[in-house]
Amino acid sequence: MSELAFAGVVELARRVRAREVSAREVTDAFLARIDEHDGAIGSYLVVDHDGARARADQLDLEVAAGKDPGPLAGVPIGVKDVIVTEGLTTTAGSRILDGWVPPYDATAVARLRAAGAVILGKLNCDEFAMGSSNERSAWKPCTNPWDTSRVPGGSSGGSAAAVAAGLAAATLGTDTGGSIRQPAAFCGVVGLKPTYGRVSRWGAIAFASSLDQIGPMARSVGDAARVLEVIAGVDRRDSTSIDQPAPQLEPSLAAGVSGLRVGLPKEFFEGAALDGEVAAAVRAAADALAAAGATLKDVSLPHTKYALPAYYVVAPAEAASNLARYDGVRYGHRAPARELGDMYAQSRAQGFGPEVKRRIMIGTYALRAGYYDAYYKKAQQVRALIKRDFDQALEEVDVLLAPVAPTPAFGLGEKATPIDMYLADVFTLSCNLAGIPGLALPVGNASSGLPIGAQLLGRALDEATLVRAGAVIEAAFGTRRPPGPWGAP
Amino acid sequence: MALTRDEVAEIAQLARLAMSDAELESLRGELAAILDHVAALGEVDTTGVEPMTHAVPTTLRLRADVRESSLPVEVALGDAPAERDGCFEVPAIIKAAT
Repeated sequence: MSELAFAGVVELARRVRAREVSAREVTDAFLARIDEHDGAIGSYLVVDHDGARARADQLDLEVAAGKDPGPLAGVPIGVKDVIVTEGLTTTAGSRILDGWVPPYDATAVARLRAAGAVILGKLNCDEFAMGSSNERSAWKPCTNPWDTSRVPGGSSGGSAAAVAAGLAAATLGTDTGGSIRQPAAFCGVVGLKPTYGRVSRWGAIAFASSLDQIGPMARSVGDAARVLEVIAGVDRRDSTSIDQPAPQLEPSLAAGVSGLRVGLPKEFFEGAALDGEVAAAVRAAADALAAAGATLKDVSLPHTKYALPAYYVVAPAEAASNLARYDGVRYGHRAPARELGDMYAQSRAQGFGPEVKRRIMIGTYALRAGYYDAYYKKAQQVRALIKRDFDQALEEVDVLLAPVAPTPAFGLGEKATPIDMYLADVFTLSCNLAGIPGLALPVGNASSGLPIGAQLLGRALDEATLVRAGAVIEAAFGTRRPPGPWGAP
Repeated sequence: MALTRDEVAEIAQLARLAMSDAELESLRGELAAILDHVAALGEVDTTGVEPMTHAVPTTLRLRADVRESSLPVEVALGDAPAERDGCFEVPAIIKAAT
């Protein structure tokens, strides 16, 4: 049973297509593992036993009839709860959407289904994807499969933990400021944040519209690449989706890095915030690239320190605007009230958690009449300078290598103040602000045993180079499997 | 940066968030700390810098101006907290005269 759980996306699809195993057997194996282990981990908010089995049976009929269900044939996939799924409860981890059943699928989910995937259920996350530890979920905590006293990271904590514990072959997460890459690093899995606009945001419950991006999380670079190939591509329902064909990433997996120029941005390695073991592990990944024929170069991204302040204007401002739709009128929680204005204010007060309220308040402050130029416009200008830094660095080199988070996974309850929590994302925010793609992957373990992640950052639309370099790092460091009963062979 | 309780209450009103005095007071300190952090943006010279909106320069795509189907009314109302006669029902918008 655990053999199927850790076989990976590409291998499972191959076996189902070759009729070596049925989609139903694969789905049942994952469902049994979820039932057995997820009580201790808390990665799922909803498990769709019946829907997943019915879908798997349907796929087996297709295979028996000689049809090819597609590149994700029979692959069990979990979906972060901020991405809508037709007929399957979706709450964005918030009480304000308690029990909401969406009437449509997100484009990314529809594309997964069309490629033969089986949707297992919805995954735990910080409320409206606002958080770095999954502790802001309104429903329950999610723990790290490597050490259940620690957080899985966030906001896509459930998506990372489920992959790490073998409770999904792959998952979808979303990344607005690091929410795919940071939990991937904390849980020892691969997380790919595509170029902004690469994957349609249709059906991704909006947090910060100019930053949000859906992406895959999986056990290996090849598995993440396979999922991205399926979900990427222009969508007429998202006017910011880029009009380019979905990338063909598989050839990059074996391309090697001979002659590739890899930049180490010095601002990411300076300062006391970076844990020594994390720094050493990322440098070891750089050495592995060099040993495989890449050239290393120190580069500078001078505006890096302004990423956090810019992000905490842009993201809350857009969130305040996007979350105005939760007013108790059309769906979600409604507080009893005698007047409309009261109903709005009470419904929102009861439905939103403290972190969401905090960000709405910051965003509302920044967007007040007369404050727009000083905050939102200023932050968007600083964003342009952050992007210019990346553009210049990525002329000198082909890809950047950096730490994902300053430390390995921290303890549940450890981050006391909002700012402490925000600092957990200090290395991931600039990628979103610049709109470029980022690939997080495991590069070793700390002396505590916890996994350490590194991220590759590349030019817009150049996910292929990330996959190329990522495959070489993965060959050197391997994929990870946690201790505990869920990791046992 | 210092914020007054009244300023925080005004922002809460603009954000349509009902708040207790205790919440206003704790947010007063938290918002001030976050705004202090954000104030670093003032150090950056952004003269003549065009604000950024997308990673890849794009122009807005428009769809053809043709009628398309949308969600049927009963589906759109499927999760409504209250409905009447095929519409979303809400409490009084205007206070009754007393």
